[in-house]
Amino acid sequence: MIDINESVMQFLLAFVVVGPLLGAAAALLPAPPGLKGKSPEQAVLRHGVTVTGVVLVAAIVLALGFDHDHPSKMQAGTDISWIPALDVRIHLGIDGISLPLLLLTALLTFLCALYSYFKMPAGPTPKAFVALVLVLESGTLATFAVLDLLLFFLAFEMVLIPMYFLIARWGGEGRSPAAMKFILFTLLGSVVMLLGLLLIGIDAGTFDMVALATDNGRSLTTSVQVIAVLSIGLGLAVKTPMWPLHSWLPDAHTAAPTVGSVLLAGVLLKMGTYGFVRILLPIAPDGFHTFAPYLAAFAVVGIIYGSLACLALAKQGAKGDLKRLIAYSSVGHMGFVLLGIASTTPTGVNGALFANIAHGLITGLLFFLVGALKDRTGTTDLDALAEQTGAALYGKAPRLGGLLAFAAVASLGLPGLAGFWGEMLAMFGAFDPAADLSRPAFLTFTAIAAFGTLLTAAYLLVVVRRVCMGTLPQDAPKLADVQTYEFAAWTPLVALTVAAGLWPKALLGLTDPAVQQLLAGGTR
Amino acid sequence: MSSPAQPVAESLVQSVDWLAIAPPTLAAVVALVVLVADLFVSEARKPFLGWLSVAGLAASAALLLPLLDGDRSTFCLTGDPSACSYTADRFTLVIQFLVLGGALLAALLSVTALKDARGRLPEGEFWFLLLSSAAGAALLPASRDLATLVVALEVASLPAFALVGIRHGDRRSSEAALKFFLSSVTATAVSLMGISFVYATTGTLYLTRIADRIQHVDGRFDTLAQTGVVLTLVGFAFKTAAVPFHFWVPDTYIGAPLPVAAYLSVVGKAVGFSGLILVTVVALPSYADVWGPALAALAALTMTVGNVGALRQQATRAYSAVRLLAWSSVGQAGYLLVPIAAAAYSDDAEHAVGSTVAYALMYAAVNLGAFAVAALVGRTSPRNRLTDYRGLYARNPLSALLLAFFLLCLAGLPPGVIGLFAKVTVFSAAVDAGLGWLAVVMAVNVVIALYYYLQWTTLLFRAPEGEPVEHRIPAPLTVAITLTAVVGIALSGAPQLVLRFADTGLF
Repeated sequence: MIDINESVMQFLLAFVVVGPLLGAAAALLPAPPGLKGKSPEQAVLRHGVTVTGVVLVAAIVLALGFDHDHPSKMQAGTDISWIPALDVRIHLGIDGISLPLLLLTALLTFLCALYSYFKMPAGPTPKAFVALVLVLESGTLATFAVLDLLLFFLAFEMVLIPMYFLIARWGGEGRSPAAMKFILFTLLGSVVMLLGLLLIGIDAGTFDMVALATDNGRSLTTSVQVIAVLSIGLGLAVKTPMWPLHSWLPDAHTAAPTVGSVLLAGVLLKMGTYGFVRILLPIAPDGFHTFAPYLAAFAVVGIIYGSLACLALAKQGAKGDLKRLIAYSSVGHMGFVLLGIASTTPTGVNGALFANIAHGLITGLLFFLVGALKDRTGTTDLDALAEQTGAALYGKAPRLGGLLAFAAVASLGLPGLAGFWGEMLAMFGAFDPAADLSRPAFLTFTAIAAFGTLLTAAYLLVVVRRVCMGTLPQDAPKLADVQTYEFAAWTPLVALTVAAGLWPKALLGLTDPAVQQLLAGGTR
Repeated sequence: MSSPAQPVAESLVQSVDWLAIAPPTLAAVVALVVLVADLFVSEARKPFLGWLSVAGLAASAALLLPLLDGDRSTFCLTGDPSACSYTADRFTLVIQFLVLGGALLAALLSVTALKDARGRLPEGEFWFLLLSSAAGAALLPASRDLATLVVALEVASLPAFALVGIRHGDRRSSEAALKFFLSSVTATAVSLMGISFVYATTGTLYLTRIADRIQHVDGRFDTLAQTGVVLTLVGFAFKTAAVPFHFWVPDTYIGAPLPVAAYLSVVGKAVGFSGLILVTVVALPSYADVWGPALAALAALTMTVGNVGALRQQATRAYSAVRLLAWSSVGQAGYLLVPIAAAAYSDDAEHAVGSTVAYALMYAAVNLGAFAVAALVGRTSPRNRLTDYRGLYARNPLSALLLAFFLLCLAGLPPGVIGLFAKVTVFSAAVDAGLGWLAVVMAVNVVIALYYYLQWTTLLFRAPEGEPVEHRIPAPLTVAITLTAVVGIALSGAPQLVLRFADTGLF
């Protein structure tokens, strides 16, 4: 949109990745004079807001300077040799696929830092909290910005320790086992993924994603591709998470602090699906086509399973936890994303990427809202909240209730909001899958997925009914309605949800050329 | 030399390249000096011996510098200059650096330990034993014939037995020493028998000549040669603490003074695996189909047993921290063996073996770092239980952060970047050699290991029980922790510094 010098762009991208890391180191040091603030706690939380804010601004400038006429071209690229022995290069670059995810990450982390500035989760010192959130941000941004397989693995692993400590130190009930489960599951997946990455790198003679994508699997035999896709896919599927490898997610979400949940659902899960699109689709197409029907099958099972689990949790007397419910709904939503990717068509993959962003915005908002609800009522247990008639949030805190209802209908995919386009395009893609995939099988998957949207609508409406509606007793205490800082943290998410719903072209115009190129084999 | 007019005497008298053999020789000379000086130094001046030894080790490490310019060999056969007993090539220099550096750090830990023991440990003997063992360990990677190899192995081991049992009147200490001694002697005996078989079939002790001649062994001696190969490996596998030769490790580590345990975990292992590399890759490449599967199985067993053993440690038991480090060192030995096993299947054996060397360098730095922090904690809580580390961050933030860093390096997760990439090279050696199953076993083990490393790490940041006690860190410990931390952090920024050994020829 605006013309920015290429070397400035390079610097901006490098800064976006490294900046949070430097910020994390600075957070551990005592505040310099003049920035001490009211207390050390306040100073370090403000430091967090500043750093994430600066990174967000850099990411926005990067998006403005991005050449929107050529979104399929890698831009702002840096390519420096780092470890020649392993052929690891610091190769950074963004295209239409990674740019939206980069922006989403920078935005959500900034909002989380802002929210924590006013509402620090209960736990040990904010110093470590801020440092961990910043390391987490750096790892996620690096995942989306790197173009080297081993560097991707490094970035993928970098988020584990911060997230582990965020859950284990600032979490709620049952946090230690949940955090351990999270890290062990993900690590097992990612170590298996490493084996696949090494297999590709050793066989093809390079770890460079751009070179490998251009090669489009021509220098890899089909059997190597099949093994590589199986092992890399496993690692990514754990992260996404794909049914039946999802069991760490509900526990982690239930135990995590609000900010942890927002980042986990909003950003971390996207690393898995991004890996599918960025690595498996272009680098090992034959292997991916072999597994695409299975991936689609697991994806639709995940959609149905997630919805049914949510329905069961939403039922009266089930003692369902709202955070757990949203976690299961994530399993369902990510099922749509995987279905779109498995279709291996531009439509499906575009839909998947759109659904990725939409899920990040909407589920991030949902976790914020549920966290706010927990702060006010002290519980996220649906039965305890709703008692007999319903929690009557519309009466007690109308704005909070309204926002919750908005997020819920956005999540169920109401046309006009962000949740709609991604899932519809993903199903469109599955309706007409790539030529060498079995059409009848995919038609069945599409039908099942369509049924899943109905179930999704059902449980979300049940949640809205039980939490927002209900009779308001005379003597019921009023709940504090939405505070200013909460408005500040949530408005961008609401606005973007509406904007993406009304003007999907803004996002699809970015992803589509890049997806076309990836599917066509790097060069077009 | 080949001129026929050469006097007979000159062909009998070897010219010795003193510079090449300087590093191990200096360590041995300083050992003798310390032993003699001990007789003349008054009780109050004993710490002087410690600093003399530290200086000696630093000097012998510094003597590696002039050797960097190229390969040197000495003690060669006068008839055949290619058959030498002592070679200082890249492999030798790297392992000597590892051994001498490891011994130096262990010595720094010992300075404090001896001071805290207040005369209950005999200082002169301690330093003599440590230095002689280090001299033997430094000689081993340079040996290129089986006799020198065994002599070096024994020079490295025998003082170690005495070091383990050096605490007079401590029943656990002497029991550990006896256990260590008996099992080690058995392993060496088996190894010697294997060597005699190999000698019987090939008629030479020089590694390069064995490599040639063992290919032309009379068919009737084939079984003998194969048995010899397998038995020879036993002694070195024992030193590496590979399963099933690992049972001495936990008791020995607990029974020994902590710095000695640190020394054994790094230098002892280096002795074992460099011997293994020399015997397998240099001497017996043609028998790769015998030792390859054996080492692969050994690696898988070792890492699994070690990690499961570490997993089962109870945090409240006495010495559980040292016990955990002991078991985890068994697990790490398994990773070290993987590339050696992969060398059997790979076209480029040196490349694979380089991964072991790179991994060992990383392991040495961070494991000694972890031991240094353990020594620090052991000063205030002599029982060194895992629960004693609870709230270390509140008491001593910097050492807690560093211990967390060392543990995460061992686990191989960022921020321990070097640990991660060292594991990646090992994985890549296995994948490159087509040992997929071993890579998968290792992947599972990495996850098991993360569990206990992470639990320990978490413990550091828990709220402490009781008031934190201010505690001054003695200077030698500070130096040791700082050195290892600087190495670990520098390597995390520039992994190429050690990983390059995985990329270039070593021999």
